[in-house]
Amino acid sequence: MRYLPLTPDDRTAMLAAIGAKSIDDLFVDVPESARLDGPVDLPRVAGELEVERALSAMAAKNATAGAVPFFCGAGAYKHHVPATVDHVIQRSEFLTSYTPYQPEIAQGTLQYLYEFQTQVANLTGMPVANASLYDGSTAMAEGVLMATRVTRRNKAVISGGVHPHYVKATETVVHAVGVETQVLAPAFDAEAAVIDQIGPDTACVVVQTPNVFGTATDVTKIAEAAHAAGALLIVVVTEAVSMGLLKSPGEMGADIVAAEGQSIGNALNFGGPYVGLFATREKLIRQMPGRLTGETVDADGERGFVLTLSTREQHIRRDKATSNICTNSGLCTLAFTIHMSLLGETGLRKLALLNHEKAVATRDALAAIPGVEVLTPRFFNEFAIRLPKGKKAAEVVDTLAGHHVLAGVPYSRLAPDAGLDDVLLVAATETTLDHDIKFLAKALATVLAA
Amino acid sequence: MSTMNTVGRPTAPNQVDSKPATLTGGRGLLQNEALIFEGDGWGKTGVDLPEPKTDASDLGDLVRKDPIGLPGLSEPEAMRHYVRLSQKNHAIDLAIYPLGSCTMKHNPRLNEKMARLAGFSDIHPLQPISTVQGALELMDTLAHWLKTLTGMPAVALSPKAGAHGELCGLMAIRAAHEAKGEHEQRRKVLVPTSAHGTNPATAAFVGYSVVEVAQTEDGRVDVADLASKLGPDVAAIMVTNPNTCGLFERDIIEIARLTHEAGAYFYCDGANFNAIVGRVRPGDLGVDAMHINLHKTFSTPHGGGGPGAGPVVLSEALAAFAPAPWVVHDDNGYRLIEREEDEAEQAFGRLCAFQGQMGMYVRALSYMMSHGSDGLRQVAEDAVLNANYIKARLQDLMSPAFPDGPCMHEALFDDEWLKGTDITTLDFAKAMIDEGFHPMTMYFPLVVHGAMLIEPTETESKAELDRFIHVMRLLAEAAKAGDVDRFKGAPFHAPLKRLDETRAARSPVLRWSAPEGSNQAA
Repeated sequence: MRYLPLTPDDRTAMLAAIGAKSIDDLFVDVPESARLDGPVDLPRVAGELEVERALSAMAAKNATAGAVPFFCGAGAYKHHVPATVDHVIQRSEFLTSYTPYQPEIAQGTLQYLYEFQTQVANLTGMPVANASLYDGSTAMAEGVLMATRVTRRNKAVISGGVHPHYVKATETVVHAVGVETQVLAPAFDAEAAVIDQIGPDTACVVVQTPNVFGTATDVTKIAEAAHAAGALLIVVVTEAVSMGLLKSPGEMGADIVAAEGQSIGNALNFGGPYVGLFATREKLIRQMPGRLTGETVDADGERGFVLTLSTREQHIRRDKATSNICTNSGLCTLAFTIHMSLLGETGLRKLALLNHEKAVATRDALAAIPGVEVLTPRFFNEFAIRLPKGKKAAEVVDTLAGHHVLAGVPYSRLAPDAGLDDVLLVAATETTLDHDIKFLAKALATVLAA
Repeated sequence: MSTMNTVGRPTAPNQVDSKPATLTGGRGLLQNEALIFEGDGWGKTGVDLPEPKTDASDLGDLVRKDPIGLPGLSEPEAMRHYVRLSQKNHAIDLAIYPLGSCTMKHNPRLNEKMARLAGFSDIHPLQPISTVQGALELMDTLAHWLKTLTGMPAVALSPKAGAHGELCGLMAIRAAHEAKGEHEQRRKVLVPTSAHGTNPATAAFVGYSVVEVAQTEDGRVDVADLASKLGPDVAAIMVTNPNTCGLFERDIIEIARLTHEAGAYFYCDGANFNAIVGRVRPGDLGVDAMHINLHKTFSTPHGGGGPGAGPVVLSEALAAFAPAPWVVHDDNGYRLIEREEDEAEQAFGRLCAFQGQMGMYVRALSYMMSHGSDGLRQVAEDAVLNANYIKARLQDLMSPAFPDGPCMHEALFDDEWLKGTDITTLDFAKAMIDEGFHPMTMYFPLVVHGAMLIEPTETESKAELDRFIHVMRLLAEAAKAGDVDRFKGAPFHAPLKRLDETRAARSPVLRWSAPEGSNQAA
């Protein structure tokens, strides 16, 4: 087997050095009833060619985003990733290293994490960021738990504009520790409605901008209301590129930002791995979850970086830790930080404008279809439309897939019981061609007229 | 004075007694590399984009006006920056990486190639199901392999790392107790003192109080102590097997029986599954839930600390409580059940926005299919053989924590053998760095004083093991001979000397900031 270097002679010599007669001697502690005599019932060893054939056959059954006019968003976005990114993240020293437990021989990882933390802090407009969490949805759950630790209160008020899967992932975890959630009804401009729900027991208010319907909101007033009541404001961002164009959460008064970083440097990957961005205010860092990289010096006074504030973490604090998190999103943070370094502020702002431009053009094309109603007035690169005559978005999207266009995400896919079966979420990015927009508009008009 | 050729070029190296420091602080190929924020990248970009036709004036006061604070690099500058950084890292591809409990095995590049097939990497998590049949087939196939290898009837694929898998398992256990109306009474989780920190952290995270279980002299769970603590107030036990001392829990079947008899569930931390894959099925041991770190046993890259993946296999008793989403297969093809209410009322919810770590599923399946069931069995055998070989070859100089009987996939030493040398486990580890090796896991498990946990994995050749053993022996002999300076200041030859971690924690500097008075952004 090509990944196993030991030869039969090696094995014999090594067993002799150990003083064992056979390999079975090394498994004597396994209860006899649990020892398997031979291989389990699965296919046997296979060469590269066979494996490549089998997996390529599965891959070929999927319709890829790059092959068709593509308008899906709702928390995962198709962007162009520069070739440099994928080359660098496959370098042995990055790909095949682990958590930088020995900082003297892991400065490569530690320095890029420090740069990543600075980039995320500046992008979100927050003072500090951690070295990443699993994804945006788990970052939101961690944010709510952190808010309950900071405020010693027990309730989260969640806007109806937050991605339903994020809400579900958060509720699943926080309900287990007795944190209450109040989730408001979905609405296209849902954010302001949270203000009336803030009370003396509110630990945090969670809003998303742009929200799941695409609506971009200035949440400054929500921040003021939350702070006046002693609660924290958590701002969720599912499209990181939006922060290149829109006011940052920090600027609007966020205390915690929980964002999905997939859009920068990372492929769609059918939902993962992605990279959770988590940023907060300086005075809250000791309540933060996840790994942190900090600056220090070595024995000669040279600057270097180490993992720090680990007294918050599970391997030191065990059952008193701020979170059980151990592994983070390593390589995805590297992809994010390389792509962001290539973009720079100039490139990011341009990229964000292009996204907005394509989405506006798509909106204009769809708004011209008789009966289609655009529901999102101010948006970044994604908006919601209502289909005419109560047509079900899920059925229309399935039909359009048959016409080789992936038209967007039916809201009912995220929230089947919301009574919004006729709502379709449509996203465009810099990868969207004018031709794609025309194709979508024509196909949608045809399907709706049928 | 060296001899010269006719154009004045020396033909032999000069003989110099001392090593002058370099003028720049650089050392040969190792370049000093500033932070991107300290260069001249303000306003630069390394990406060519068309000129936007909009100024986004339709967004009015929502537009971000202040500088963001993101320098840019041209492509050649970016390449150099990251390649220079990369050269300051140790990696599996450079040498043995014997971090115990981490299973740092070779990462096959076929896996990388497969994960990058557009059919897997360029598909959206919310595309119509008819357009992702191959992706669902891959998930279903991976699930079949994991269930077959563990002898368990169900698997939840979506947890994003080992600790996330622990969360999944304990949530399923909690849901099962709730379904039986016993949740209010069962508020304790029993965890051995040798457990990974994530175990008690996860139990506490889910709202349980943690009760520690003692360990026997021979490094196993103290069954009598466990039995005395089991009762109607216990929800689950969390046991790592093989355990963190690198030993198989001989009484595991009895432990499972006692646990079930008390009405509790058996969570097994599967971090060390590599030692038994293909030779033992956890389902045959009475396990109710176990996470599998795809980045350990199934070779997906550790990537500087992630991304991982932690699918959880579940017993019949817990299967109904698995979180959404999951894949089902019928005559019409594959379907993805995204909402637990639709098909299984008892599912405990959802752990993340989408389907989990698809990119890792592809890599893991590519690895499994390459090995096959016979190759995977050989994986466990070679991993265990390599660890025992290291233990056998070092035990005369160093002190094995549990000398009697074989170990599994990792060899554990304590610091008894360093007594009187004034050298600590940490010093010894740092001296290994100077010799070109990544140190083993130190000071874990906590139950062993000055622990040194060495896990070679099956992908080390005998030659590399012999080279490692040779260096370990030289270092051990130097330590015993009183060569203290070699250890106290180590590492001397790494990119940096020993770093001041106390200073970093006392006054944390977690980001770059523009120097006072500078007009740089942010």
